[in-house]
Amino acid sequence: MADIRSNFVGIKSPNPFWLASAPPTDKAYNVERAFKAGWGGVVWKTLGEEGPPVVNVNGPRYGAIWGADRRLLGFNNIELITDRDLWVNLREIKEVKRKWPDRAVVVSLMVPCEEEAWKAILPLVEDTGADGIELNFGCPHGMSERGMGSAVGQVPEYVEMVVRWCKQNTRMPVITKLTPNVTDVRKPARAAHAGGTDAVSLINTINSITAVDLDNFAPEPSIDGKGTHGGYCGPAVKPIAMNMVAEIARDPETAGLPISGIGGITTWRDAAEFMALGSGTVQVCTAAMTYGFKIVEEMVEGLKTWMDDKGHATLDDVVGRAVPNVTDWQYLNLNYIAKARINQDLCIKCGRCHIACEDTSHQAITSLVNGARRFEVIEEECVGCNLCVNVCPVEGCITMEPLAAGSLDKRTGEPVQSVYANWTTHPNNPAVRVAAE
Amino acid sequence: MAEGQFKDGIASERLQLAEIAENFADLHPPLDHHEAVVEADRCYFCYDAPCMQACPTSIDIPMFIRQIATGNPTGSAKTIFDQNILGGMCARVCPTETLCEEVCVREVAEGKPVQIGRLQRYATDTAMRAGKQFYERAKPSGKTVAIVGAGPAGLACAHRLARYGHDVTVFEAKPKSGGLNEYGIAAYKTLDDFAQAEVDYVTAIGGIATENGKALGRDFALADLTGRYDAVFLGMGLAGVNALRAEGEEADGVEDAVSFISELRQADDLSKLPVGRRVVVIGGGMTAIDAAVQSKLLGAEEVTICYRRGKEHMNASEFEQDLAAANGVTIRHWLQPRRVIAEGGKVSGIELEYTMLEDGKLTGRGETIRLAADQVFKAIGQTFDAGPLNGSGNLIALEGGRIKVDEEGRTSLPNVWAGGDCIAGGDDLTVSAVAQGRDAAESINRALMG
Repeated sequence: MADIRSNFVGIKSPNPFWLASAPPTDKAYNVERAFKAGWGGVVWKTLGEEGPPVVNVNGPRYGAIWGADRRLLGFNNIELITDRDLWVNLREIKEVKRKWPDRAVVVSLMVPCEEEAWKAILPLVEDTGADGIELNFGCPHGMSERGMGSAVGQVPEYVEMVVRWCKQNTRMPVITKLTPNVTDVRKPARAAHAGGTDAVSLINTINSITAVDLDNFAPEPSIDGKGTHGGYCGPAVKPIAMNMVAEIARDPETAGLPISGIGGITTWRDAAEFMALGSGTVQVCTAAMTYGFKIVEEMVEGLKTWMDDKGHATLDDVVGRAVPNVTDWQYLNLNYIAKARINQDLCIKCGRCHIACEDTSHQAITSLVNGARRFEVIEEECVGCNLCVNVCPVEGCITMEPLAAGSLDKRTGEPVQSVYANWTTHPNNPAVRVAAE
Repeated sequence: MAEGQFKDGIASERLQLAEIAENFADLHPPLDHHEAVVEADRCYFCYDAPCMQACPTSIDIPMFIRQIATGNPTGSAKTIFDQNILGGMCARVCPTETLCEEVCVREVAEGKPVQIGRLQRYATDTAMRAGKQFYERAKPSGKTVAIVGAGPAGLACAHRLARYGHDVTVFEAKPKSGGLNEYGIAAYKTLDDFAQAEVDYVTAIGGIATENGKALGRDFALADLTGRYDAVFLGMGLAGVNALRAEGEEADGVEDAVSFISELRQADDLSKLPVGRRVVVIGGGMTAIDAAVQSKLLGAEEVTICYRRGKEHMNASEFEQDLAAANGVTIRHWLQPRRVIAEGGKVSGIELEYTMLEDGKLTGRGETIRLAADQVFKAIGQTFDAGPLNGSGNLIALEGGRIKVDEEGRTSLPNVWAGGDCIAGGDDLTVSAVAQGRDAAESINRALMG
């Protein structure tokens, strides 16, 4: 059976599934329940500097959006860092690490952007025996207004500076957690790398308003009629997170920098995808907050089964495998031609492929054939856009079939070319220089 | 003397009132908000949806379900009423398993259709409970229309005509309006006097006067109406009941299922309604099922439906047959009545002959069987009684014993339209009657205002 033990910047865990720094990791009670359930590690909810703890709102701190059957798709929060006493947290971290030596215990930190503040807290964390620290440069609400969290993460110079302080003042591995609330995530990643970070983790949550209460026109989550942007997470952010992970993984400046992937991971498959894009471990929060800790069993078993099926012996066989296949648009093969095909045995005749294509795309799917309700692809019109595949309620009913080289593309009337050719050499590209005769 | 269910013959109070109340509870209890939203989420919002095509009134089903899913049940009700003002009753009585739900793509995909009927009820109940009226009368047109029969066809016709501002008078032979909705549908399908609530809801638009207790051929003739009104719509349903054509059927205890159902619907106290200890129902349609199941629910000990053809030939849907079986009704096929056996003028049994199909023709096999019975219900179809119509000097064309109409509902007489069960070529469904009444109203409006 596949070996899914993880060694991430020297932090060992029996599996790559960590709970992200968040409410599920705020105290020993929850963390021990998580370890009993099988989680490989946790990033303890962010500790702040010594002194009176932060206070949270006393009304709703979470908002959500839902899909069909009220499945939670996206989730947000306006919760702050831990509102428990620093010493209580440190004592519990120490106890938990002692009781669960084989699990990863990483401590998330957020203190003011002053070297003294970091110098003060790092030895306290070191003393717990924790495996590493994660710098919370991502929290987008509340703390950022006080010059911490994403207020630091959005300024690459600050990121580099704080990472350097930490590396100089602790022997623990440093993971820098990045905010997605930036235009180009590679910039803070490069800064963290320059500061000497051992790894980056991403994404933190995205600025968001989940809903507006239309009875009193209050944004949600709503506190006494007012709302503020909260941090968005859950399945809805997974595509955004995976792109950011991939951007860092394939950036020549940060290539090889270990990544802990975060963002909407709900199943083993999500985790495997993040890992393929370069994540050494994955961190989970929303899925656990939605379904409880037991989901890790499915993740562990699912990952192992898939690895066994595919012959991947260890995580190293998987991590980063998709990175070379992430490229820029201009390098995509314009001679690759695919057409949709509808499996009539699986088709339930809902007609959504037809109306989507007819109304909004290429008029390439019939609704009637010889007077009968039947949905077939008109290859002369199909550009292979995949919209029909995406709107079909039956998985596998519509597939995209590549045309073999030499066969006729009925849309263009041209044979399919066997050679790779991209935009950089395309005659319509104004940037292409005409070769000298 | 035997008490309750053991009383021989036809007797009342076979069950306690509480048991009866439980037996006649809602067949399909209404969906609550949560159930409705969960179910609505199952709809795929199909293109040119098969369910919509299967609905005789062409309700935009994907749209009304989407409106439920998006928290707009009132708008959903309007989508339904736009096509079918009796959408509340149709939600209760439509054989959805042979209409919209049969062709639902999730029936195709999973064998489990979206529960369209129950969702329709959820939406229409929401609007009707709130007393929400969606339509206003146009300013009076000065035109008058007479409608014969306040059943589904007549009511749908009246409502649509009233929307156009025409003055409508409905003549109804029975003391109450509603037609079969009031007198002909199993009680567990329409509780809480819903039929009358719906009549009130439909007529609340205004411009609809109803004269109950006025029967065509007895209190007025068609010529009276054509003379006094600009247009006439006939929606009087079927007054006749087919005979058993079995020896001795005049015995006490041999009754029309239709009358039994009607009495049951009008009874204030169902425990006082007499029913046999052993009941045999002859027929294979919805009326047979309704009579048989309700006999059982009233406390009859043995109820048997005898049908002269096979299961696959029954007009009652598969769902209805299963409903009967689940209620302890025995359905026997390939048996036709030969002779009613009576003792002292009262039915005591029935002799039936086994049948078979021979070259596509039903034939008796000579072999017979006797079933003990102290009540026999005839449920072998209703017929159109043309006497009241043509007996008064008119000669309206018939086809197959019912009124002949064209695609717009026009009869052979000028300014006379017809719809519902009384016309030829129908399927005897409430929802079809609504469609015919509505479409005739459109045709009448075009004729009057053209």
